[in-house]
Amino acid sequence: MTYTQIAVMAVFLALLLDLGLRTRLVTRKVFWVSYAIILFFQLLSNGVLTASGTVHYDGDVIIGSSSPEGVRPPLLGDGRIAYAPAEDLLFGFAMILGSQALWIFWGRRGVQREPVSGPPIWERLPRPHGTDGRGPGHPESP
Amino acid sequence: MIYLAVLAGIFLASAWLEIVVRTRVFRRWRRLLLTLAFTIVPLVIWDWYAISREHWHFHNMTGVQWGLLPVEELMFFIVVPIAGILSLEAVRAVRRWPAGDEQS
Repeated sequence: MTYTQIAVMAVFLALLLDLGLRTRLVTRKVFWVSYAIILFFQLLSNGVLTASGTVHYDGDVIIGSSSPEGVRPPLLGDGRIAYAPAEDLLFGFAMILGSQALWIFWGRRGVQREPVSGPPIWERLPRPHGTDGRGPGHPESP
Repeated sequence: MIYLAVLAGIFLASAWLEIVVRTRVFRRWRRLLLTLAFTIVPLVIWDWYAISREHWHFHNMTGVQWGLLPVEELMFFIVVPIAGILSLEAVRAVRRWPAGDEQS
């Protein structure tokens, strides 16, 4: 199988996993926003790995062609996006969706559902009027 | 060595979220290890197959390998899913959007 075929299959398997585990991350805003952040960094780090010649691909298994040793692949075009094969975007999507779906799945199954994330350090929990200002805490028990 | 630098960059670019956004991903390390254990298996099989068929090959690596797999690739399969989970938990912490595992 080619990289193109395996990458497409990986996306389908990740979608099936997200469906099968009933995590349905692809229907959630939190997934798409976090994926957008990852995508930016993927283009950056993949670009470095391919433009620097650290990783080479065989032209027979990708949409684009092989890049000869010592020759930088195109930034865009010939099946490349930010120097890396377009297939990498499918692979990255599948890896992120799959691992996030598993993370949510285990949480829902009760494996360390808590402590939950947040709040960020720049946010304080609202505290009742007249407390001593020692920061976030729980109201006094009756 | 560029690959190692990229891995370090990915880790540093994501790990700060644990402290600043209180993602509590590393704190929930058992859940994280369980997730990584399932994620890494198909990725290693795929990478092993692809390297054996010469879909891709590498230059300027440390040379440390586990069979056909460069250690950098193994680290990639750990560092990147962690970054993805940190990103998910950070967005959830800031926006308070549900992700599906909330206590009902």
